[in-house]
Amino acid sequence: MTATAIRPPSADAPPDRPVRVLSFSQRLSRWDLRLSPYLYISPFFVLFAIVGLFPIVYTGVISFMDWDQVRRSGEFIGFGQYAWILSQPKFWTALGNTFSIFLLSSVPQLVLALFIAAMLDRHIRARTFWRMSALLPYVVAPVAVGLIFNALFADKSGAINGLLEAIGIGAIPWHVEPFWSHVAIATMVNYRWTGYNALILLAAMQAIPRDYYEAATVDGAGAFRQFWNITLPSLRPTLIFVVITSTIGGLQIFDEPRMFDQFGRGGSAQQWLTITLYLYDVGWGDWNFGRAAAMAWILFVIILAIGLVNLLITRSLVRDEGSRGGQLSRRERRARRRALKREEARR
Amino acid sequence: MNTRAIRRGAAAVSALAIGGLVLAGCSGSGGDAEPADPDAPLELTISTFNDFGYTDELLQEYTDEHPNVTIVHNKAATSNDARANFFQKLGNTGLADIEAVEVDWFTEMMQYADLLEPVPDDLEGRWLDWKEAAATDADGNLVAYGTDIGPQAVCYRSDLFAEAGLPSDREEVAGLFTTWDDLFAVGQEYVDTTGKPFLDSANTVLQGLMNQIEVTYEEADGTIVATENPDVREVYDTVVENAIPISAYAGQWSDDWYASMANGEFAAMLCPGWMHGVISGEAPDVAGWDIADVFPGGGGNWGGSYLVIPANGANVAAAQELADWLTSSDTQIKAFVNAGTFPSQPEAYDSTDLTGFVNPYFNDAPTGEIGIERAEAVTVSPVKGPKYFQFHDALQNAVTRVFDGIEDEETSWQTWVTEVSAF
Repeated sequence: MTATAIRPPSADAPPDRPVRVLSFSQRLSRWDLRLSPYLYISPFFVLFAIVGLFPIVYTGVISFMDWDQVRRSGEFIGFGQYAWILSQPKFWTALGNTFSIFLLSSVPQLVLALFIAAMLDRHIRARTFWRMSALLPYVVAPVAVGLIFNALFADKSGAINGLLEAIGIGAIPWHVEPFWSHVAIATMVNYRWTGYNALILLAAMQAIPRDYYEAATVDGAGAFRQFWNITLPSLRPTLIFVVITSTIGGLQIFDEPRMFDQFGRGGSAQQWLTITLYLYDVGWGDWNFGRAAAMAWILFVIILAIGLVNLLITRSLVRDEGSRGGQLSRRERRARRRALKREEARR
Repeated sequence: MNTRAIRRGAAAVSALAIGGLVLAGCSGSGGDAEPADPDAPLELTISTFNDFGYTDELLQEYTDEHPNVTIVHNKAATSNDARANFFQKLGNTGLADIEAVEVDWFTEMMQYADLLEPVPDDLEGRWLDWKEAAATDADGNLVAYGTDIGPQAVCYRSDLFAEAGLPSDREEVAGLFTTWDDLFAVGQEYVDTTGKPFLDSANTVLQGLMNQIEVTYEEADGTIVATENPDVREVYDTVVENAIPISAYAGQWSDDWYASMANGEFAAMLCPGWMHGVISGEAPDVAGWDIADVFPGGGGNWGGSYLVIPANGANVAAAQELADWLTSSDTQIKAFVNAGTFPSQPEAYDSTDLTGFVNPYFNDAPTGEIGIERAEAVTVSPVKGPKYFQFHDALQNAVTRVFDGIEDEETSWQTWVTEVSAF
């Protein structure tokens, strides 16, 4: 919808009138053309500035201060808060726990999700029913999941320990041993997110042209070979997405460990204290927002680093052939743009 | 419709959206000035948590006397929610005219006592001395209206006591527990005979012992003495050596703890008044619970709340009047009948409504009478500095570590010392 700026030729206009002078309405329509698009997209950016950018900047500023949240004042102390956090043994325990829970949840979860998606991708009866069931746990609120699993994982009265004792294995001290507490928390995470990831992967699988499989079948490739050489490479972009979102989610894990015992503070010896749990405790337990803000930034850097490592690993693990041909280098793109402009100018 | 009109419309909509956002950000800061006319219609807000016993009927009584006042009562689900809300808005705007504050975070709040409206002088002296002392700031201003207190007694299972060959009568049992040593000795005897734990939790004993010491982690002037204070070390050693062997759990409120209350795993609990409701609610089918009018080592208070009035509120004078009424002895007794919150005023203890109250669940124990006795036995008002909660929480963790066998007594103490040195 381009507004044309060409004036209708009028008979009585003096022939020497300079064409360069534009009327007000013409100028308005020029501004309109230039500025309107920005106005249209502005609501998102205004919202983002208020609820996204401002808190980020505010957190950054506070992280360098000894901040009193009630009196809204603070003293600038430089990197003191960062130094304090990095010198806390609790922080390093929390970091270790976070990674442990993240690995215990993400790895089995993605493998399982891939398997479920591959199963759902086949010709089975009542397909929609199975697909809906996969998503069902995701609908349950994490706090509810926490409450239910808590009752199951209780050390003495829990159903899981009851079962383990019945089959002769003996009770597991879920709330005492760090490793077992991580397993219990990872179970809650997996319960909630496996189906969700499976459906995303399923959607990507459905987009793979069926001819590939037909050709592979004709060539005599088995189901496993087909999965490994066709499905997996085609899933690459989706897998990267799923891995990165679950990394971010995994490193920010909060609800499940917080609901894991009655106090929500990570255990008597920090067995299941995670970074966000520690952050919350420093911020809303001790009301030390400077330290909490500094920790938020440290967590941000960690997630960024792990996200990058993840990206590289996933890229190199899952090969893909032939999809890169369509991509142009920056130089080529620039040349093409210039050519287009010239074309337009000639018109 | 031409494109320009659409475009203008869209621009207007986005301008409105932006304007609306700005407005939304601004609203909430507008507070009306206090009306000069005392009979002008007025809306008072009060926010509490859990159950203070302030039912709609109770608040209606106040509205009947003051027809111009409308009371809006907001209830937070837990004291933690109330705490987060309180500290986010204190010093800014948005707090209710009257805010309820729990004892656990009361000392933190006392750092900002200057942001609160002091209690009028003529009300001073109507609460128990120690209840008032805790609410008096460094300048001698009383800044909070006491609501309830948590005088502790011993709740016990008379049936389990009888099975173990212990006396089960309320008065005889009271004689068993006058000192902590007696309690531990009886507990050990019970454990030896029955093979079952005697008390519910070791950390409750820590709480009980701590509340009987004047100076624990911080001195009145703010000096931190936690790790050097021999009293703290003694309490820790006592709990680890004597309470852990006879306790079923490290702490309260876990799923296991709740489950075992109903199936009679332990025989006794240290219980403040508000715990009666917890026990009868969790174990409605257990018949043997009773209450002995005794607490080891004298008296002990656990919990209880206050009402405070933010000084920058819109209706400070009217809020003071309502807070005065809510914490009067008559209203306190009504709240006790409604929710078991025990009155914090000596005047209420003369009322027959309180002295005559018996709790049928606890074998008709005179809980009103027992509460008065236990409240008057409280002699020590512990100094609780702004970091009391952090210190105490970390020490509870130390006890839990020993209980769970993660660390031994000395290692766990050293871990605590390292941990609190960072505060």
